[in-house]
Amino acid sequence: MVNIEINGIKLEARDGAMVIEVADEAGIVIPRFCYHKKLSIAANCRMCLVEVEKVAKPLPACATPVTEGMKVFTHSPKALGAQRAVLEFLLINHPLDCPICDQGGECDLQEMAIGFGGDVSRYAEGKRVVTDPDLGALIATDMGRCIHCTRCVRFGQEVAGMWELGGTGRGEHTRIGTYVADTVDSELSANVVDLCPVGALTSKPYRYSGRPWELVGRPGISPHDCVGANLRADIRGKQIMRVLPQEREEINETWLADRDRFAYLGGRSAERITAPMVKRETGWQATDWDSALTFAAEGLKRVLDVHGPSQLGAWVGDTATVEEAYLTQKLMRALGSGNVDHRLRQVDFRDQEQLPAFPYLGMAIADLERLDGALLIGSNIRKEQPLLGQRLRKAALRGGQIAFINPRAYPFNFPVSQQIVAAHNWVTEVAAVARAALALAGEEIPEGLPEAEVGEAHEAIAAALRSGEQRAVLLGNLAAYHPAQTELRAMAALIARSCGAHFGVLAEGGNSAGAWLAGAVPHRGMAAQPTAVMGRDWRSMAHEGVKGLLLLSTEPESDCIEPLRATQALKQADFVVAINAFASDAARDYADVILPPALYLEAAGTLVNCEGRWQSFEGTTPPPGEARPAWKLLRVLGNLLNAIGFEQLSITDVRDELAPALAVGADNQIPWRVPAPPSFEGGIMRLVDYPIYSVDGLVRRSAPLQQTRDAIAGAVYVAGATLTQVDLGGADRVRVMQGEGEALLPVIVDEAIPVGCVYIPAGTTATAALGGGFGVVEMTHA
Amino acid sequence: MKQARGNIDLITPESCAEIDRWISNYPADQKQSAVMAALRILQDQNGGWLSHELMDAIAAYLDMPPIAVYEVATFYSMYRLEPCGRHKINVCTNISCLLCGSEEVVAHLQERLGIKLGETTADGKFTLSEVECLGACVGAPMMQVNRDYHERLTPETIDAILDSLQ
Ligand code: SF4
Ligand code: FES
Ligand code: FES
Repeated sequence: MVNIEINGIKLEARDGAMVIEVADEAGIVIPRFCYHKKLSIAANCRMCLVEVEKVAKPLPACATPVTEGMKVFTHSPKALGAQRAVLEFLLINHPLDCPICDQGGECDLQEMAIGFGGDVSRYAEGKRVVTDPDLGALIATDMGRCIHCTRCVRFGQEVAGMWELGGTGRGEHTRIGTYVADTVDSELSANVVDLCPVGALTSKPYRYSGRPWELVGRPGISPHDCVGANLRADIRGKQIMRVLPQEREEINETWLADRDRFAYLGGRSAERITAPMVKRETGWQATDWDSALTFAAEGLKRVLDVHGPSQLGAWVGDTATVEEAYLTQKLMRALGSGNVDHRLRQVDFRDQEQLPAFPYLGMAIADLERLDGALLIGSNIRKEQPLLGQRLRKAALRGGQIAFINPRAYPFNFPVSQQIVAAHNWVTEVAAVARAALALAGEEIPEGLPEAEVGEAHEAIAAALRSGEQRAVLLGNLAAYHPAQTELRAMAALIARSCGAHFGVLAEGGNSAGAWLAGAVPHRGMAAQPTAVMGRDWRSMAHEGVKGLLLLSTEPESDCIEPLRATQALKQADFVVAINAFASDAARDYADVILPPALYLEAAGTLVNCEGRWQSFEGTTPPPGEARPAWKLLRVLGNLLNAIGFEQLSITDVRDELAPALAVGADNQIPWRVPAPPSFEGGIMRLVDYPIYSVDGLVRRSAPLQQTRDAIAGAVYVAGATLTQVDLGGADRVRVMQGEGEALLPVIVDEAIPVGCVYIPAGTTATAALGGGFGVVEMTHA
Repeated sequence: MKQARGNIDLITPESCAEIDRWISNYPADQKQSAVMAALRILQDQNGGWLSHELMDAIAAYLDMPPIAVYEVATFYSMYRLEPCGRHKINVCTNISCLLCGSEEVVAHLQERLGIKLGETTADGKFTLSEVECLGACVGAPMMQVNRDYHERLTPETIDAILDSLQ
């Protein structure tokens, strides 16, 4: 530690700290543009010049390390003079167009110009003229305002791991942009909007729609992945105008993924309904709550009377809040049915009895960046949980050995020590690492571990998992979608155990952990308590049929991994209640009543992230029209069905009931069980994932997100050799058959897909007619 | 994917060999250090200028993001990003040369060649450009023609230099 003085205030500072950091901690304001605590130091704007005793020239506070006895003056005449001069230089080329600039009112440059600027310009010469590049659907540009601080450039390089924006040219001719016209495609791209200290990079969807002083910021939590990023919704009147990150070092630091930031725009979709609707002989009718809820309750009651409780079920979306999931399962169980499930993207439930209380990351999110070794089984972490990918990238850049065993190769934006691509033999490849790990540990091979040949790559992975302080084996989303999830999970846990590494799960939904703890699974009640009635998982409900279904914030035609089976089950049911904000054509087809709930920023609730962290929030704005918080709808349904325990007056009453779930500790013990991998009969294998902007109804309807490159189209992605194999070389459309379903899909030749496989994404309308996820498909001419 | 759009087949085997020689001068994990040499080699291969495609090819060859190559190529005036004449004339107009009369040098060249700064003569023989300090202030005013420096310029010496070029 060193002792320094800033403006006469004595301070203790860490060795090597920069003056600006010490000042920031002490709350002493030093103006700056290029410095940002999460980025490397560029020291190119010179706005932070301060006076240091015994130094003749002013020094940049962001690039001046503290020394013992240093005396800094941030407001002396010399410091102020230097700051004023720098500001004048920065402004000579600036268009001074604050009245038409979106940044106005929250612009660092504007504020500093007020603080340090003259009120008359002395600059009479010509200003530079620059063009504004089109960077895509998310970021608007007005490059005349750019002060070349390079924050946006450093962000791409250092944090997003995709260096897309650069500073080309030199001196006055420097331009920030992509140089060759291109969009900015990083999944974290819009953070540059927050970083840009001026109005050069602003939010395209928000452009010209509001002024910061008209907005009220309210906190919220993002439900689109298991991170639980903290955000701030800016509200004007009753409308959400934009979403910004809320700094939370241990979760999302200062960032938001583009998905977290722009998903709210899905709420503006034309399919959104704001009054309840019932299906009558004459067609769909908007109605009032009393009639709609009575209609829904009577329908469910009829099913109950005629077919009994075993014919009643509920499917819960994995972004629904803990309170909503809890009341849904409570309602089902109060009516005598255990048929409730939220694992709509999974097909393999063989090990459900052995599982811990909820899918747990096995560590804190922040610990990911300290991993020395990691093996991810079935994960495209970068697109599935962008902010966790960003953390893992830091570990990799620090020298962490990060390996993947995936059904297909994904491009990662960090060094990957091993990526084993195993489409047909995934289980064997993981077994090979398990064998290598057991051999290194000198442990016995447990009974039932599949035979596998151990190669160099497997040994290297196992060795990396044994060296260094912190190591982890993480089970990703792709494993959850796979029919051999049980085997993959058992072996992942086995590898972790024998290497002394953490075992963790990257849950597939934004509130998967919360749904488990709330009891939205057929075999366990709230807080993992045993249930009186064993229910059926969603897949048995879909395959064997149920007569009455309650859907909570899910669209099975896109969310379910077997979309066709799911919609058929819904159509065959006698009565379907959909609690959903959107009335899609599919929902109008299968539902009998649609009850519009408030969307995620419009109502209070709680989400549990992958660390097991409970985060409660309030609504940021009242829901539009007649839409009501889903927990209230469920409570009224409970009352109308004479169910016991639906007297909650406020969300706090619901939360009080959840206290036992809150007390459940995180645990990741997966006992070894003898796996029996499902056999694969040969033929073309479909590989599947949910693309980043197809994960839930809101994201799927966010127009700007759907215009980005990451909005993966429903198509067949296939290597040329595979096409030739099945005599379809050169075809641009093919008919794909899977299970009972078939679809006509465009072909996109992609040599990154293993031969003998096709990649067909889930979660898109185009692929909704297909019969499943991972599995055999047939292809013929269109 | 962005990082790999370049087509390295655009690099001739001779250029490859030369670039590889530069790469071997640097540690194995730092081949991007050869970027400046690679840009020069491909510029020569391409008759004096670099197209986007060639810069992308370098990016792919050296395993770096294309924008990082563009940043280097646009920073230095010795890389040309548009087709140019057989002879490249770069006149320094930075401070020392300015004080010693670079304005007259530019005026004379423009008049003699009938083109403005940044332009190429109709016969494709000369391209005239303005550059920043070339580190030859001691001989200001100066210009660089292709790889040669010419110092203490006067209209007469300029004419002689131009006349000597084919
Ligand atoms: S665009 Fe904004 S963040 Fe990027 S260099 Fe310019 S001022 Fe800085
Ligand atoms: S903030 Fe220090 S030079 Fe920019
Ligand atoms: S100023 Fe012309 S060479 Fe230095």
